[in-house]
Amino acid sequence: MDQFIHQVLAGLATGGIYASVALALVMIYQATHLVNFAQGELAMFSTYIAWALINAGLPYWGAFFLTVGFSFVLGVVIERVIIRPVENFPALAVVVVFIALLVILNSVTGWIYSFTIKSFPSPFPEQTLFGNKYMSSHEIGAIGVTLVLLLLLYAFFRYTPLGLAMRAAAQNPESSRLVGIRVGWMLALGWGLAAAIGSVAGMMVAPIVFLDPNMMGGVLLYAFAAALLGGIDSPGGAVFGGFLVGVLENVLGAFVIGNELKLAVALVLIIGVLTVRPSGFFGKVHVTRV
Amino acid sequence: MALLEVLNLQAAYGQTKVLHGISFAMEEGSITTLLGANGAGKTTTLRALCGMVHTEGEMRFAGQRIDKRATEDIVRLGIAHVPDGRGTFVNLSTEENLRLGAYTRQDRDAVERDLERIYSYFPRLRERRTQQAGTLSGGEQQMLAVSRALMLRPKLMLLDEPSFGLAPLLVKELFGILRAVNEKEHVSMLLVEQNAAMALALADHAYIIETGRVVLSGSVDAIKQDDAVRRSYLGY
Ligand SMILES: Nc1ncnc2c1ncn2[C@@H]1O[C@H](COP(=O)(O)OP(=O)(O)OP(=O)(O)O)[C@@H](O)[C@H]1O
Ligand SMILES: [Mg+2]
Repeated sequence: MDQFIHQVLAGLATGGIYASVALALVMIYQATHLVNFAQGELAMFSTYIAWALINAGLPYWGAFFLTVGFSFVLGVVIERVIIRPVENFPALAVVVVFIALLVILNSVTGWIYSFTIKSFPSPFPEQTLFGNKYMSSHEIGAIGVTLVLLLLLYAFFRYTPLGLAMRAAAQNPESSRLVGIRVGWMLALGWGLAAAIGSVAGMMVAPIVFLDPNMMGGVLLYAFAAALLGGIDSPGGAVFGGFLVGVLENVLGAFVIGNELKLAVALVLIIGVLTVRPSGFFGKVHVTRV
Repeated sequence: MALLEVLNLQAAYGQTKVLHGISFAMEEGSITTLLGANGAGKTTTLRALCGMVHTEGEMRFAGQRIDKRATEDIVRLGIAHVPDGRGTFVNLSTEENLRLGAYTRQDRDAVERDLERIYSYFPRLRERRTQQAGTLSGGEQQMLAVSRALMLRPKLMLLDEPSFGLAPLLVKELFGILRAVNEKEHVSMLLVEQNAAMALALADHAYIIETGRVVLSGSVDAIKQDDAVRRSYLGY
């Protein structure tokens, strides 16, 4: 029983990370109706920046916030420079650009920092918090960081004029222009925010999976499963899906199918959702007239 | 100086030319109406003014060239568009739709007052303020579209069939509100309407458009006397 509780709680910790990446995917999806396959590699690249900053002697939280800021700018620049010129191309062409971005980020990181696995520090203490025997302090800390991030994002989109404008631009670009919203910039901001969210996820998962250029491959797959499960156009659904996938993955991995086959959970979920209920738990059912 | 001046405006969708050199002008404070049969190019003209279609020719607003400008910048000059089809942000609440209308404004307190003013014009929208706008009835969404445009505090409103889908009583009410806004706040209006009788009752000047060309123009009093107009648009 203890073992079970432990796996569920540890699943919540990684689930929060999937939830963040899933949320980043959903944000781009809402605006473009495309899944940004490079989201994971962007987060990985950001995590290397954090690693370099920490190695250069910056305190952890200094490096953390600098990395978040840098990632935001990087996301904006990528949208303006790489995505914008192809935004009206057919979906498949844009997806190819995403995949190219994925491959380039992966190999550039490997080239700069080498492909050897590195350890990445956790900002949370070694010994467990509150004397609990179920969760490491990093797991508790990661959940806390994720929840703060999600709350901030919720408040931003719900209560600020800029957040409202970003939602409007994603849903209805033409009407948005008619009220004066600079739709192109809202998209770029969306990329910036998504990259910033991804960087937090990367820094939280790196102490668990270690730092290497391929560290986000599995995370992206789980996040994609989470986004689909919750409904690819529903931010709340993506968060819910993230936590659910984290717990499922951990519990099934520990007690049912073994750790080696864990990634298969994501694939089964993806295929299952796509065939049984493509709109997920919370997504809108879209009917396209032909 | 005219508030709005359009000279030899041409527009095409792909290869199909739909505006063949339209010219018109309107004075500040005027309500000017564009009348014409279906497909004449009224909607296209309004969209052209907002930089939403590719055009040739000259357009001036308060003396400034607005052709070749981005829609977002034209809005910032004080031109609000009530688009054909209402343009509702269907997933946002009624109040969020209204607030978006004031997106470019900095005077936060005045925006709050204007929101109240809109709710007093259209109490129905107040009742629906937290409701998802896509679930409003067609008529309510039409009121919302007009209200969203008013939230800009525009100098000029472009109204594309604002009475569409409204019950006759509500049309009267809406036109009353438009008249009040025009008289009290000196908002100029360029009005496209199917309901020619109502439009001519509200407007001071009219242009008749046929297949992308202006065929008749003048004060509404003169236009109402025109036999062809009476037969085609007024039905008597
Ligand atoms: N997006 C488009 N693509 C191609 N042709 C278009 C498009 N929009 C309008 N047209 C054509 O342009 C012409 C003018 O259309 P427009 O919508 O401006 O007419 P309108 O005067 O507003 O008509 P209505 O009274 O029916 O609203 C029509 O022949 C129409 O078929
Ligand atoms: Mg029309």
